[in-house]
Amino acid sequence: MKTYKTYADLPGAPIADVPSQEESTAGWRTTRPVLDPKNCTKCYLCWKYCPDTAISVNDEGWPVIRYEHCKGCGICATECPKECIVMEKEV
Amino acid sequence: MPRFSIPEQELVYSGHVACPGCGGGLAIRYMLKALGPRTIVSIPACCWAITSGPFPRTALKVPTLDTAFETTGASISGLRAALDALGMKDITVVGYAGDGGTADIGIQALSGMIERNTDAIYFMYDNEAYMNTGIQRSSATPFGAWTTTTPADMDGTWKTEPKKSMMAIVVAHKIPYAATVSIGFPEDFVRKVERAKSIKGSRFIHAFCPCPPGWKYSPENTIKLAKLGVNTNVFPLYEVENGVYKITMKPSKPRPVKEYLGTQGRFKHLTDEMIAQIQERTDKTWNNLLALEGFSKEHPYCGL
Repeated sequence: MKTYKTYADLPGAPIADVPSQEESTAGWRTTRPVLDPKNCTKCYLCWKYCPDTAISVNDEGWPVIRYEHCKGCGICATECPKECIVMEKEV
Repeated sequence: MPRFSIPEQELVYSGHVACPGCGGGLAIRYMLKALGPRTIVSIPACCWAITSGPFPRTALKVPTLDTAFETTGASISGLRAALDALGMKDITVVGYAGDGGTADIGIQALSGMIERNTDAIYFMYDNEAYMNTGIQRSSATPFGAWTTTTPADMDGTWKTEPKKSMMAIVVAHKIPYAATVSIGFPEDFVRKVERAKSIKGSRFIHAFCPCPPGWKYSPENTIKLAKLGVNTNVFPLYEVENGVYKITMKPSKPRPVKEYLGTQGRFKHLTDEMIAQIQERTDKTWNNLLALEGFSKEHPYCGL
């Protein structure tokens, strides 16, 4: 009979190790946020409030929407104080 | 270099399958920003148990233990004991459970964990019903709300019981630190989680997380509702450290609860009379909290 003397003797468990970002969620979108940085003040509210971590900040400090993972919830467009982001219908 | 008001590190991957506009998704993102990479998360059955997507996908960059519904408190106690046995002292252990897994199913394990003063953080993200399984009522569902098990449209059987106060329950255990946070105020959120991280012993965080499909509103309004919940005093932000209450956000002119209730489909059946009743209850709870803040300065844990 197998005996378990330390934790190292325990049977293995399945480990999930494939990052979910390999999956695109772009197909979820019915509307797409379009960013016009003309009036952007770099407040990063859009970056802060994105539930999908789909807005990153580039080397020059501008927010960039990554459409591969944006689900089109519209929080960024609602929260932008300068109305730089508009939601456009996906076609 | 860009200047951020909350830590820049991202420990949640994109591509997870939370609903668009998910409040719980923001809560775990802010929580891990504050806790950093030396963290182990235990997740029971809840929205975030399935949000990684099908096996073998994972949505978190930190080790995650998927556990049974009622065992969050027990599993984080076990993780802490194992880490102590291995001599790994610098790792934060956190349980990330929903309101059903905390206030109903997991309350026994949570109570045991706090009573033993296990050195771990219990994080309750509160979307006010069993959202993962299809919006069934939990004991954290507020008074007057529609859910699929309290279907208001059929015969007026909306939820008639008030929301269970988890904060009062954990404070009664003489917990070293407990706090409420809202995803609408990320700086306050991160500050409280960082504070919790710096304290030894059991810590409890109660996070207010609006849920677009469960609360029946359009997903772009998640942050608006998260702020409105605080500004109407429906969900006050406060912390309790060593039994002393401190309200961290006092709206100078609280908005009427009608503004908060009116934007959600789950409250659309409410009559003016019931809204007045909810306003009265909200004011009463807020005044009690103000009184507690004063009283607990002299009498930590209010003499319990």
